[in-house]
Amino acid sequence: MLRGLRQPFRTGVLVLVWTWLLALVLAPNLLVIGASFLTRDPGTFLSLPVTLENYRSLLDPLYLEVFLHSLYMGSVTTLVCLVIGYPFAWALSRVAKERQLLLIFLLIVPFWTNSLVRTYALKLLMATNGLINTGLMEMGLIDVPLRMLYTEGAVIVGLVYLLLPFMILPLYSVFDDLRRELLMASHDLGAGRFSTFIHVVVPLTLPGVLAGVMLVLLPAMGLFFVPDILGGSRNLLVGNVIKNQFLDARDWPFGAAAAIMLTLAMALLLFTHRLSQRRLGEEAEV
Amino acid sequence: MTRWLPRAYLVLVYLALYIPIGVLVVFSFNDGRTGYRWGGFTWRWYESLFSNDAMMQALWNSLWLAVSAATLSTLIGALTALALHRYRFRGKKALRGMLFVVMMSPEIVLAISLLSLFLLVGVQLGYFSLLLAHVTFCLPFVVITVMARLSGFDESLPEAARDLGASDFTMTRTVLLPVIMPALLAGWLLGFTLSLDDVVVSTFVSGPGYEILPLRIYSMVRVGLKPEVNALGTLLLVFSLLMLVLSQWILMRSKQ
Repeated sequence: MLRGLRQPFRTGVLVLVWTWLLALVLAPNLLVIGASFLTRDPGTFLSLPVTLENYRSLLDPLYLEVFLHSLYMGSVTTLVCLVIGYPFAWALSRVAKERQLLLIFLLIVPFWTNSLVRTYALKLLMATNGLINTGLMEMGLIDVPLRMLYTEGAVIVGLVYLLLPFMILPLYSVFDDLRRELLMASHDLGAGRFSTFIHVVVPLTLPGVLAGVMLVLLPAMGLFFVPDILGGSRNLLVGNVIKNQFLDARDWPFGAAAAIMLTLAMALLLFTHRLSQRRLGEEAEV
Repeated sequence: MTRWLPRAYLVLVYLALYIPIGVLVVFSFNDGRTGYRWGGFTWRWYESLFSNDAMMQALWNSLWLAVSAATLSTLIGALTALALHRYRFRGKKALRGMLFVVMMSPEIVLAISLLSLFLLVGVQLGYFSLLLAHVTFCLPFVVITVMARLSGFDESLPEAARDLGASDFTMTRTVLLPVIMPALLAGWLLGFTLSLDDVVVSTFVSGPGYEILPLRIYSMVRVGLKPEVNALGTLLLVFSLLMLVLSQWILMRSKQ
């Protein structure tokens, strides 16, 4: 159908969207890949010769430390999200269907509100003269304000707060698909609760776990405004390094190389996700 | 135990998600001068917000950007979704793949790639560069929303319309458009919100001549605590909530 809208329409649409994507997605990405192999130039940003120097600089102890620290904070964030999110998604999938809609709605409300404002709200709670300290001191529990802001913990709390829904939603979706008959079958075949969990629930929810990890870990390394607001200058993310290189130090080739490492990490995670899905798909068919 | 424990857990997590937002809203009405003690009710911070010309200018800039980015991405996204749904063509998989990549890539990578392009080609950083960037990251979300709607679409309806003698234009207007309208509205609202909230991409591709709200908030919250931010945050919260309720309402109503 819609043959009626005829060829010119079809050609027009395809040309439009392809032009947009080639000009604003493919070309810029190729540009970044290219830039990562060039040399820094104060005037024109980029110049020859072609070099691998930028990638070698990534291994410079100074930067390597920042990257590893960022990876560490990102991993802890992901783990915390998983530990909170997994039982949450399970509990959510057990609630009566009509209520589930409302609860999911409540979960995505924060996603629709400004993430800067939400990060700032945490600052309000954790600041030296913030609500938690004021409250604790008034109750006489502490004499000196606790130092919560500008710590590694503050950054992790901020990232978890912003990213938790991204872990919960894919997990909820796999729990929602989990058929109760499978659990009963496992029980009837003599498996205990623990054994059912390990051999039935975990493998079946694994794609959701991987999707959640992907949706949390990568942003957790890029959201540069979280350390800026909550973490001070010592708890930087890869995102902060890329931003500084591009906007302050004007070292594009190095910033580009860092961005490419981040993209490769994404590709690796996507690939793992695909693989696990395919494997599960095959098992289900057997 | 098995009944109340999961529920208590759900409540606990929701409390953790909403308490910081609640505190922000409550303290936007706080008259206290020092620290964060309650010092009585006031509209003061809202008044100072509305009398701040630079802030108001940034707000209008942001709204205009969000409206134009949402409109343009809905237009292109809807056409793309129609093409993907309807036609067989070479490179269809590549097109889907590319949209997927846009959606999955870290925002910061999109940001620096666009900045590099704009500076290299000589696009002046300002409204236009922001618009191009925002449409780009909104596009996949609109395509997905419209595709989801089209996949449940009864293919025989347009055929019937044509058999009954409707012209293509009439068929599109009376059959196709009403079917995808809810998805168009939902996609538009999603694009609007994504654009209004974006910090990462905008930090890179905006210029000094066109200040937008998130960047203004960013420069305010980096140093210290400012009560005006509470007021502004509360307003944004109410606004997003309205948009979300509206889009859910549209989608729900269309299902019946």
